[in-house]
Amino acid sequence: MSTVDRGGDEILLGFARALRTAGVPVTQDRAHGFLAATATLGLDDQRATYLAGRATLCGSPDDLERYDQVFTAYFDGRDGLPRPRPAQAGVPGFSGLPDTESAGAGESDADEEVVRARASEAEVLRHRDVATLSAAEKHRLNAMFATLQPRPPLRRTSRHQHWHRGQVDASRTLRASLRRMGEPGEIAWRRRGVRPRRVVLLVDVSGSMSGYADALLRLAHRFTQAGRANGGVVETFTVGTRVTHLTRAMRIGDPERALVAAGETVPDWSGGTRLGETLRIFSDRWGQRGMARGAVVVVFSDGWERGDPSLLGEQMARLRRVAHRVVWVNPHRGKSGYEPVQQGVLAALPHCDDFVAGHSLATFAELSEVISRA
Amino acid sequence: MESSNLAGVAPGELAERLGATGYLCDDALATVTYLALRMQRPLLLEGEPGTGKTALAEAIAESLALPLVRLQCYEGIDATQALYDWDFPRQILHLRALEAAGATAVEEAEKSLYDERFLLARPVLQALQASPAVLLVDEVDRADDEFEAFLLEVLSTYQVSIPELGTVRAATPPIVVLTSNRTRELHDALKRRCLYHWIDHPGLEREVEIVRSRAPEISAVLGRQVVSVVQELRGRDDLQKPPGVAETLDWARALHYFGTAEIDLASASATLGALVKYREDADRVRHALDQMLRA
Repeated sequence: MSTVDRGGDEILLGFARALRTAGVPVTQDRAHGFLAATATLGLDDQRATYLAGRATLCGSPDDLERYDQVFTAYFDGRDGLPRPRPAQAGVPGFSGLPDTESAGAGESDADEEVVRARASEAEVLRHRDVATLSAAEKHRLNAMFATLQPRPPLRRTSRHQHWHRGQVDASRTLRASLRRMGEPGEIAWRRRGVRPRRVVLLVDVSGSMSGYADALLRLAHRFTQAGRANGGVVETFTVGTRVTHLTRAMRIGDPERALVAAGETVPDWSGGTRLGETLRIFSDRWGQRGMARGAVVVVFSDGWERGDPSLLGEQMARLRRVAHRVVWVNPHRGKSGYEPVQQGVLAALPHCDDFVAGHSLATFAELSEVISRA
Repeated sequence: MESSNLAGVAPGELAERLGATGYLCDDALATVTYLALRMQRPLLLEGEPGTGKTALAEAIAESLALPLVRLQCYEGIDATQALYDWDFPRQILHLRALEAAGATAVEEAEKSLYDERFLLARPVLQALQASPAVLLVDEVDRADDEFEAFLLEVLSTYQVSIPELGTVRAATPPIVVLTSNRTRELHDALKRRCLYHWIDHPGLEREVEIVRSRAPEISAVLGRQVVSVVQELRGRDDLQKPPGVAETLDWARALHYFGTAEIDLASASATLGALVKYREDADRVRHALDQMLRA
């Protein structure tokens, strides 16, 4: 390092800031840890600084990749610093409303006729294909997403709960008798507990699905928020030409902000579809390790596959062996005259437990029923 | 004893010491381990299964001659399985004995129930009591979120309070190694406490060395051949579960017991079960081996 005279700490903190700009979540205490680590290893060794930063500033394999890029750019003095993604034109502000059903916002004295007209309009909107809506209709529909209240699917756990019948709970019985100085007393019973099952959403954001991507991510956001309220976990990924982990963005409470965050995270909007390939990456990096194990996996895609359909079939089979239930959601399924003829769908269909429609709010509600019963 | 053991040990020397126990690591891992020891921070290891995450903790314990306490995490693990529990049956026996002996002082009897001899120390408490020690928290991603919060508390203070007995504090903080297979993302708060390291598969030369040091009975020729096949298989992207170092060792041993001096298709097919664990993978590997060996 030729610039030591600028003050070691300043340079190192500058690096931490550059890393944060590049998208690695570097917090203040991580930066402090970095300084402490470099102090322990000595400042004069670039390799040591590199290793100290890797250990203290990074927290996942995704971070490591960015870290390497930023490190070379910062310390080798090239002007190739990864720039933050430019803000999208017309970034929507946040909705300003809590993400709950608004109860007919203060129009109590409005004409009954108007109310009825609106109600039926809403009912029509519920059944309209989201890809064909105008901007104003979309805006109204977005507010209606709050009416979806998905319940998470349940699974039995290995832990037991106190219950009024079932198996004998020997340890609780003993403890109760201990409290009475060893006098035997009432027998305690127990049963297996239940917990929400993990749900994994894989949303195809390729070009052929672009009309639905916005609505599907809103749906994913609803699932994530409702899941969190019930103590369950919903993981969201986008697939297309790459696999992107979106769960963090979906956990933001406000739907508009969550969608903006998602837009900034996903690099391959409206790209091609290599569904088989991306499913393989998902299973390799996340699914088989445990994220899809025993989970309800929902794939949102129209099945237009540019890659090899046999790979898609194979990967769906693999996913099904790991997952508890695999649901395929196809936006075209609910339209009249639809036949599952696309090669991708044909390859994947034998490995799906459910094949459902997903093009309107009403079908989304049906989907959430399918998931919660899984 | 621990500090005198470590104060002057440079990363390179640490790697040598670990190497003496049969654990070969690169300079990145040695440096991170060194930092963890010096900064007294837990070390969070992630990586593919079979790359030696757990083995590192064992090697640290062996090279520093410290006891290794292992906490295997699983879904639903809670404080009574990680910290301590009271031995209820023995407490009841004790009560009965008191009764038989005709003791009447209730308060005395109650007090004698919460004695240290009825305390079952679970791994975390064991590690604090046996300090200095190496505490291995294995597969922390399998435990629930709440358990992570609990772990965070213990790892930041290195003490445990037992209401009936008092506080147990480690004289020297234990060396903590956490491993995760990334079945889920760990909480940021826990990650921030730790030094992070991703363990990759080793390169050709290092893996040859590992085979030589872990399985000295295997001939150099066979060892190198096995490793180069495995390395080539890892380079392919169509395997469901690329073999880890553990599989390399298993396969090399299997071939050795099979009486193979040099890999051929027959011996490889017969021992393939040690290398790949999926039927589809086995077919692909057999096919690839055929080409590799012919070339």
